[in-house]
Amino acid sequence: MTSQVTSSFQGTADLPKWVSPAMLLAFFMGSFTLQVMLASSTEQNELNLIPVAVFGLVGYAVALYALSRFVEGRRKATDRLVTILVTAAFSLALIPLLSLAYTVVQNGAARFDAEFFTFSMRNIVGEGGGALHAIIGTLEITGIATLISVPIGIMAAIYLVEYGRGTIARLVTFFVDVMTGVPSIVAGLFAYALFVIFFGPGVRMGLGGAIALSVLMIPVVIRATEEMLKIVPNELREAAYALGVPKWLTVIKVVLPTALAGIATGVMISIARVIGETAPLLIIAGFTASMNYNPFDERMMTLPVFVYTSYANQGVDMQSYVDRAWAGALTLMLIVMVLNLVARLISKYFSPKG
Amino acid sequence: MSKRIELQKLNVYYSSFLAVEDVNMVIEPKAITAFIGPSGCGKSTLIRTLNRMHEVIPGARVEGQLLMDGEDVYGPDVDPVRVRRQVGMVFQRPNPFPTMSIKDNVLSGYKLNNSRMSKTEAEELTEKALVGANLWNEVKDRLDKPGSGLSGGQQQRLCIARAIAVEPDVILMDEPTSALDPISTAAIEDLAVELKEKFTVVIVTHNMQQASRISDMTAFFNIAGTGMPGKLIEYDRTEKIFSNPAEQQTEDYVSGRFG
Ligand SMILES: Nc1ncnc2c1ncn2[C@@H]1O[C@H](COP(=O)(O)OP(=O)(O)OP(=O)(O)O)[C@@H](O)[C@H]1O
Ligand SMILES: [Mg+2]
Repeated sequence: MTSQVTSSFQGTADLPKWVSPAMLLAFFMGSFTLQVMLASSTEQNELNLIPVAVFGLVGYAVALYALSRFVEGRRKATDRLVTILVTAAFSLALIPLLSLAYTVVQNGAARFDAEFFTFSMRNIVGEGGGALHAIIGTLEITGIATLISVPIGIMAAIYLVEYGRGTIARLVTFFVDVMTGVPSIVAGLFAYALFVIFFGPGVRMGLGGAIALSVLMIPVVIRATEEMLKIVPNELREAAYALGVPKWLTVIKVVLPTALAGIATGVMISIARVIGETAPLLIIAGFTASMNYNPFDERMMTLPVFVYTSYANQGVDMQSYVDRAWAGALTLMLIVMVLNLVARLISKYFSPKG
Repeated sequence: MSKRIELQKLNVYYSSFLAVEDVNMVIEPKAITAFIGPSGCGKSTLIRTLNRMHEVIPGARVEGQLLMDGEDVYGPDVDPVRVRRQVGMVFQRPNPFPTMSIKDNVLSGYKLNNSRMSKTEAEELTEKALVGANLWNEVKDRLDKPGSGLSGGQQQRLCIARAIAVEPDVILMDEPTSALDPISTAAIEDLAVELKEKFTVVIVTHNMQQASRISDMTAFFNIAGTGMPGKLIEYDRTEKIFSNPAEQQTEDYVSGRFG
């Protein structure tokens, strides 16, 4: 009997699409009005938005669950409840992020001007001045750190995935794990100790900062590359071997290109991870108000250190120091954002098509 | 060129596990030889020893002799990479290189080895290999598109084109049609029959009709139980194996009365 067969597939009625958003709106409005009334009755002037959100959300969740359970049945009601919980958790995680971005932009905008990007802090005590020396320093030091870390990291990952067997591979993996957990200040001290051997105590040098950052960066690059190489299907390697391609050419021309998009993303993430490091640079690169283009000599300013010193050593004209600190933070955030965009473009451009 | 392959007392191991024991056979040139047998009896293992792909797996090794036109493939100063250039292989699952275009996939045997060739040479070679793999008409307008955009059957024929483009002497196919529909299967079977004009063709198949349709010789392998080595039970002309085999086991297997 066809009619019966069809009916066995039929579920309970669905709530119309508009019900859920309408209820959300209604409960938040209700919660808002309630708080306004409460606030006026207790003669508080300020309206607290947190209870508005909490009451609105809880009321909405309970009411929608009950309604859905009644109309749509248990499975769909649970589904709706879980959806609400997950979305709420996500929004909760998003709030500090948005608030952070907002604060940085708001405070950073004051000094985010042409002078900030064209001047150093040389001979400046009050207003004005800029962070060009810090931007150059950050770009040079992070750039050198990348140049050191990426080849080492990728080659180590290739060794681990394609060649490593037995004790040595396990040892390398172990040290990579340990290095991942090295505190950044320790990396700074390590670089300092290393340079003291060659240049004597009190050494300050941009290159030292790059070495310290490399110590932090290499394990991240290794891990990211390792994961990407592992997901290259073994069939592709075998296909190349079966064509009489030697192993090293297979790695260079088949495995690496297939994993390139993921590796590029991993490298960008590792750069973003170290570009904001302050502690090690404070130790080995030091800080200065002047421009220094040469990473192999003398102190070199970097953006995170610029932000830190502007904030920590506020001069007479306090506000202009604080403004510069925020503008530096904003610049740093924008650089990281640009890096992320570049990573996306790279992975889009290089990922296997088909 | 097409080569005669002789297997003498071949034992194939995975570390200490003997997977295939004491195989003696002669694979004829310009013919299709089919390997049949139940799952796990070592057909893939054995076919991979023919181009020294077996040793890619850590701990895997081979004992005995494997001669190709009299030359010892496992001799002391033989370079496995050179062996593989002369013995092409097609795998069960189509595996075109995802980062390469159709044309680059066909030429991958050259490009991955950094061989230089002129543009016209490359074009001629591409066309020849694709025509040889019965794929030319379907892809001639999109040679620069990625190979992974083709259908499964087309991808498999692309892999065959890739294998024959380097002009090997022997072509090995490990269940090349098991992931394909009947029409693509028929296309690849026809292709295998054409290929034997020029190459020694060895094909592993679970499909008894396929073996009887296309192969000249058939080798039946069997295994006494799990953990036991696979053995060559019977090797003869295909008509003989399917109509009047000498061994009871073979008869049971080809007539479907197995296990
Ligand atoms: N990489 C490996 N390491 C260890 N043992 C293996 C490996 N590959 C296969 N074997 C074992 O070798 C034996 C033969 O396997 P093989 O893959 O050659 O069988 P097959 O005849 O090709 O089976 P099928 O028809 O299912 O493909 C099996 O017992 C299998 O478990
Ligand atoms: Mg197999």
